[in-house]
Amino acid sequence: MDASDILWTFLSLFFIGLAYFSVITFVAGMLWKLIGYLRTPMPLPHALTPAPKTEGGAILRVLGEVTIFRSLFKADKWLWAGAWVFHIALAAVLFRHLRYFTYPVPGLILYMQNVALFFGCLFGAAILFLFWRRLALPRTLYISNIPDYFVLVLLGLIAGSGLTLNYWLHVDIVDVKGFILGLMTLHPVEVPRYPLFLFHLFLVLILMLYFPFSKLLHAGGVIFSPSRSQPYQIQQRGKRYVNPLER
Amino acid sequence: MAKFDETPIVKDPAVNGVLSAPKLREHASAEVRCHPSKPKDTAAIDLPTERVPDWQERAVAKLGELLEKNKALRVYMDICVRCGACTDKCPFFLGTGDPQNFPVARAELMRKVYRRYFTPAGLFPDLGEAADFDEEMLQKWYTYFYQCSECRRCSVFCPYGIDTAEITIAAREIMASIGVATKYVTEVVAKVYSTGNNLGIPPAGWKDNCEFLESDVKEETGLSVRFPVDEKGAEVLLVPPSADNFANTDTMIGYGKLFHFLGVSWTTSTYCNEAGNFGLFLNFANLKKVNRRILDAARDLGVKTIIWGECGHAWRAGIYTPTLNGPMDDFEPPYPYHISQYIVDMLHKGAFEGHIDKSANDEYLVTYHDPCQSARAGYLIEEPREIIRAVCNRFVEMPDGTIRQKTFCCGAGNGLLTDEIMPIRMAGGKPRAMAVKHTGANYLATVCAICKAQLPESMHYWDVPVKVGGVIDLLARAIKM
Ligand code: SF4
Ligand code: SF4
Repeated sequence: MDASDILWTFLSLFFIGLAYFSVITFVAGMLWKLIGYLRTPMPLPHALTPAPKTEGGAILRVLGEVTIFRSLFKADKWLWAGAWVFHIALAAVLFRHLRYFTYPVPGLILYMQNVALFFGCLFGAAILFLFWRRLALPRTLYISNIPDYFVLVLLGLIAGSGLTLNYWLHVDIVDVKGFILGLMTLHPVEVPRYPLFLFHLFLVLILMLYFPFSKLLHAGGVIFSPSRSQPYQIQQRGKRYVNPLER
Repeated sequence: MAKFDETPIVKDPAVNGVLSAPKLREHASAEVRCHPSKPKDTAAIDLPTERVPDWQERAVAKLGELLEKNKALRVYMDICVRCGACTDKCPFFLGTGDPQNFPVARAELMRKVYRRYFTPAGLFPDLGEAADFDEEMLQKWYTYFYQCSECRRCSVFCPYGIDTAEITIAAREIMASIGVATKYVTEVVAKVYSTGNNLGIPPAGWKDNCEFLESDVKEETGLSVRFPVDEKGAEVLLVPPSADNFANTDTMIGYGKLFHFLGVSWTTSTYCNEAGNFGLFLNFANLKKVNRRILDAARDLGVKTIIWGECGHAWRAGIYTPTLNGPMDDFEPPYPYHISQYIVDMLHKGAFEGHIDKSANDEYLVTYHDPCQSARAGYLIEEPREIIRAVCNRFVEMPDGTIRQKTFCCGAGNGLLTDEIMPIRMAGGKPRAMAVKHTGANYLATVCAICKAQLPESMHYWDVPVKVGGVIDLLARAIKM
């Protein structure tokens, strides 16, 4: 065993530990937060009117926010475009990452091969746009804090390293996949010996750790937002809004 | 006032009546603050008469309590991404240019405290995410949570529906609990308990006013329209904003003529001659207690129907009634009922068929101002328009982005209608004034007593020549008995 083997063994232990720690923190943290939202009562009717008068209508309203960002569209077309492209590209990129987690890889993901580069670049471009916007508009500059930049830089580095790994360094997917499947089956193996991959992985794990304690909670929190998720049933016979605290 | 953007409003088709975001003027409105509450008022409404000694701990504990009890607050504390979509939507930012009046900046005043005491971000205060609840922070809360009219306009545009009004409500509740509140709001709440209404009119004065109106109408029209007070067994209890019997008498006359025409027996109550509920601007306990009076008065008088008069926030508090004070199943309808809804129902029944002379309002080109609370918290958008169209020939809408769900606050709603913050009121009223000017209307109709008090002043200030009045005022002019 020479010095470099010792180094790689050490790195492997570090990454294996961090990976489990991050995933557990992410899952537990999100559950803790989202269950907290779910369990917290809303003492008064809160729907922003005009609002749907049925539960189904309210669900559609929330879906409209989640899928096409309806309110944001009303607010700011440029931001809407940037944010929507960002999220769609992110979804596509995440979806394609399933090929590292599945065996055999579903056909759809293999088929994505042709458009993957497009979405990867789109993702990067959207991050650059959002970063630029934060700095360029006096209004967003005023409200931006270090964490806002931190998240964008983190995502930018993740996107950049990911694209480089894929299209420039051509990292061997078999090595990477072996490592990940090892983690998933609780039989961890040594990390693949690609420093840039480890960099990429490290940033992703940091992001997961950070997620439940940050503004990234908007990802799950949006569906609990009472101004959107409540129907307006106050003026219907027999439909009294009961304060859960007084039930 | 010179610190704000005082560019006069011009009628320019190119700007389409919509005020665009001004240049940022940091701290522009930092010095405009409401007078603090008086001990005699706070004592009367179960609040500490002065700031409690352990105010910091108590405030943080209160915030913790609200986070457990209010889903909206809990979610809104976490999920703002500071995207800035709301930054150019608040009338108080548009008018003052003070970036602390961005809805997000206002909300961050509470979020920083939340993060400091309730999240791991509190361990890293230097990142700008967290801050102590200290004297400086409390002063910022007191300033900027009383420069928000809880109008909910920001919530329309936020991708997550974050309603800064709810955060303001929570902040005022927390401040009230440690003995920090404004003179205006506490005084009004105290008055409502002692006299039955926000203006402090004693029962005898209320009766006098009603008799005066009766003779007034008799003189002018020859009609024996009655303005009954405390009449047991009447069919309808009308709960108006008290200003209708004092300042906006045309609106009060409107109610009287309407019921007279329909042949419906009605009454007001001296125990509760106020629909307005300043508890909403202060704390939950008073919101509930003030609202309770309406049901008590109605049951005491034995009426069948309760009708809420023309007032925006009263209607918001009104729709909370069955939640706050229990079922209304002994009334018909068994839920809160607004005068505009009542009139529309009567229109649909054909009650006015052949008795409306629209030309009586021909001297007016009418436009309609949606009070923020009735539109965004009370679903009252089409009804007033339907009434206006039925009784006026000439109606014009303000620009799209300034009405209905996107309406602008008059500039003085929810606890801001007080003279010491006049600069804020005039600045906050600018977007509305601009939109009115664009229409060229000479009658600005609305269904809110606070709007009716603020708008004449702000329209005058911004040089928009327009008469402000109720919707029912127009109906009363057009009814042929
Ligand atoms: S629009 Fe919503 S998410 Fe964006 S900054 Fe404003 S409150 Fe935050
Ligand atoms: S509720 Fe209205 S006044 Fe308050 S921050 Fe939002 S837009 Fe501004």
